[in-house]
Amino acid sequence: MSTPYLVLDQLTRRFGPTLAVDRLSLELAAGEILALLGPSGSGKTTALRLLAGFDTPDSGRVLVEGQDVTATAPVARRFGMVFQHYALFPHLDVGQNVAFGLESAGIRGGTLAERVAGALALVDLEGYERRRIGQLSGGQQQRVALARALAPEPRVLLLDEPLSNLDPALRERTRGEIRDLIHRIGTTTVFVTHEQDEAFDLGDRVAVLRSGRLEQVGTAEALYAEPATPFVGSFVGRSTTVPVEVIGRGPRGVRVRLETVEWDVPSRADGTPMPPGPALLLVRPEAVWLVASGVDTLGGTVVSRRFTGAASAYGVRTGGGHLLEVHGVPGAFAVGDAVGIVPSRRAGGGLHLFPAGS
Amino acid sequence: MKRPGSVAGWVLLGGLVWLIAYPLTLVLLHAVRGSDGWTLEFVRTFLSRPTEWQALWDSLWISLASVALAALIGVPLAFLFARYDFPGRRLLGAVVALPAVLPPLVGVLAFLFLYGESGFVAHLVKRVLGLDEAPWRLEGAAAILLVHAYSMYVYFYLFVRAGLASLDASVYEAAASLGAGRWRTLTQVVLPLLRPSLAGAALLTFMTSLASFSAPYIFGGGFRVMTTQIVATRLNGDDSLAMVETVSLTLLALAALWLLRRSDAVESATSTGKGVAPERSRVSSPAARAALAVLSWGLALVLLLPHLTLLLVSFVPVGTWTTEALPPAYTLGNYATLLQDPVRARPLVNSLWMASLATVAAVGISIAAGILAVRRRVRGGTVIESLLALPWAVPGTVFAIALATAFSVNEPLTARFIFVGTLWILPLAYLVRNLPITGRAILAGFRRLDPSLDEAASSLGAGRWRTFRRITLPLLRPALVAGATLAFVTAFGDFVTSIMLYTYDTRPISLEILSSLRNSDVGVAAAYGVVLMLVSAGVFAASAERGSAG
Repeated sequence: MSTPYLVLDQLTRRFGPTLAVDRLSLELAAGEILALLGPSGSGKTTALRLLAGFDTPDSGRVLVEGQDVTATAPVARRFGMVFQHYALFPHLDVGQNVAFGLESAGIRGGTLAERVAGALALVDLEGYERRRIGQLSGGQQQRVALARALAPEPRVLLLDEPLSNLDPALRERTRGEIRDLIHRIGTTTVFVTHEQDEAFDLGDRVAVLRSGRLEQVGTAEALYAEPATPFVGSFVGRSTTVPVEVIGRGPRGVRVRLETVEWDVPSRADGTPMPPGPALLLVRPEAVWLVASGVDTLGGTVVSRRFTGAASAYGVRTGGGHLLEVHGVPGAFAVGDAVGIVPSRRAGGGLHLFPAGS
Repeated sequence: MKRPGSVAGWVLLGGLVWLIAYPLTLVLLHAVRGSDGWTLEFVRTFLSRPTEWQALWDSLWISLASVALAALIGVPLAFLFARYDFPGRRLLGAVVALPAVLPPLVGVLAFLFLYGESGFVAHLVKRVLGLDEAPWRLEGAAAILLVHAYSMYVYFYLFVRAGLASLDASVYEAAASLGAGRWRTLTQVVLPLLRPSLAGAALLTFMTSLASFSAPYIFGGGFRVMTTQIVATRLNGDDSLAMVETVSLTLLALAALWLLRRSDAVESATSTGKGVAPERSRVSSPAARAALAVLSWGLALVLLLPHLTLLLVSFVPVGTWTTEALPPAYTLGNYATLLQDPVRARPLVNSLWMASLATVAAVGISIAAGILAVRRRVRGGTVIESLLALPWAVPGTVFAIALATAFSVNEPLTARFIFVGTLWILPLAYLVRNLPITGRAILAGFRRLDPSLDEAASSLGAGRWRTFRRITLPLLRPALVAGATLAFVTAFGDFVTSIMLYTYDTRPISLEILSSLRNSDVGVAAAYGVVLMLVSAGVFAASAERGSAG
């Protein structure tokens, strides 16, 4: 990345004894869309509010184009924000809502009307100026909120769970529309979500937060292929985690013992050495394959099955009592069958080793 | 972290303490302080006098009886209007709430003209039965209860109707599907769910009756409740004893408030569901329809009679109506007097400016409290809210005494200044009495505002002032209008604090009505009553329009 456009530098916010945001550092290139992904309580909304200036960090800085705006009031920050419930002004019509930020910038008269019309055109709401907010559907309100935030040409656009109030069918389409629109106008954007699909679909990169801390940031592919922590692994994509014992090196990576079997799994991408001893293995369903029970297979019993298309995902209770999700031939096994688990032929991907206790 | 607005918060808190808590504290102090130091002499005097105990007891039982009577009238009416459809239901539903817009003194006046021994009904009965004297006297506890029941059943009616409206139809259907009959559904399902409404109405009725002054003052005769007892004691110059009486009435009010709040019924809104009220049953049998129609129109007539009587009497020339059933002559003279005679017109002007000033001040203070306590959550915000609500729990008489005590001496060091006898004491008293009403409406308005609207405005570059003017104020408008309306109407018709604090130059309409009545100038008294009634109703109507448009 060349010179970053937006920088979050060691942002920290404490509410009483809890650290809502803990030394959060992120850098965004101009025009980039970053998703803050995390479960509720992970501090993602607090981080967004620190960015917007609605809350002040206890320490750390926010920089835009190299300029420190940490102490700048929201009024002067020139950041656009789309709120979770849109926060449209119910007593103003669509045009007045969109004009509100432009008027703050001193734009009046013909230019104002032009800019309002332009912003509404961006979101496909041409000619909606005189509509009342209450007459709009949820999707239209969302687009008015977006137009209102974009109209003053903000330096940074912030979106708080932008799609959570839309019905699922509308969500997917809107995701694409918003992504295309933002890329077209090139506004650097940070948005908050708790849904991985939304984060992957809309964000150029995704930052995974947990308990106020940044677990990992990267593209969707990178997060899936190389999760930095078991949390990222479990939060991004499907997986199960089982305790294993590292027993040394094998021909194809680290040799671990999992109950009755020994598997070779790739060493850690970040190069952390895995000394012999207890560790955690994150297993993606597609990294393992279900076969009839036999020698050299991890024995277990099918407890559930779920058809997913090319393969079925079976829930298997192993002999050691762990529950694993495993892909297998659709319809090959029934609940109650004694089965065996082997690493799938596409060796390596989908098995991730982590130090115990991480 | 230092929160913004904390300085303003302390200033507001200080102002409210000075205006509300401080005068009440002074009353308490004066009750136990004589010319030479602390003393329990007045308390002992109070405790040893049977008349004091009697007044306190009368206040209590009159209030309890008022609650019972108001509930007996208001609850069935609410069920009738909420559950049954019959001809004229809509119109009557509005008429039924009318007694609420009548300022207390005007209600009393109307009852006097209607049911008093020289009133309209007495005239009629005398003629029909050929009697020389009216067969009854409108006096004592019965008269007070009659007025209370008439004006306070509205609380039960409105609360229970609102409660019924919020009950989901599925509640009745569920009860029916479980095999509960009508009676069991009513007693075991509906009434328990209405508990919060009933408790709220009971509390409001009890507090209003306890503080009631106009009816006991005009109709009481020898029958004294504590509010009238206080005024009488003060008139006798026994200030310290009046303080003890004031304290006793306050304690009674606070005890009632505490008991009802403790029962937890007032706060807990139990209704689940979003409230799709069940369809009204159409009364279909012709006989039942006719009976209901007669009953309800009869009711409307009874409810409207006081208003109509007042109107009628206001057109009667002085001294012309003696024994006839209907007045023999009509005139606009009473209104002309009221408007043209500068001395008689003065109270109208006084009431207008004093009520307006008190309303503006109450709205301003409530907005400040809303910004500081609700939006910015400054330290002391909850104390600010409690102080705003406090005057509601304290009878008006008590506050009149408290203000008269606090602001009758000039001691700048103890923050006491002479307001009594000046132009400012009545607006100040009205303001204090208005604060709970206005404060409640406006603080609720602030609570309903979505804080993210403010944030949205500031992220769009709008400064505080622009956000307040363009976003906050317009969205608060319904709350502001409601708060201002109630405040203005209460202050405009105030009698209970005015009678203790007015001067000749600031005499308000209520006092002019009283003195007209004493001078047997019944027509002018009635005309003033009509003015009060019309202005109150007009302000309500105008506010209903403005509050909804927007």
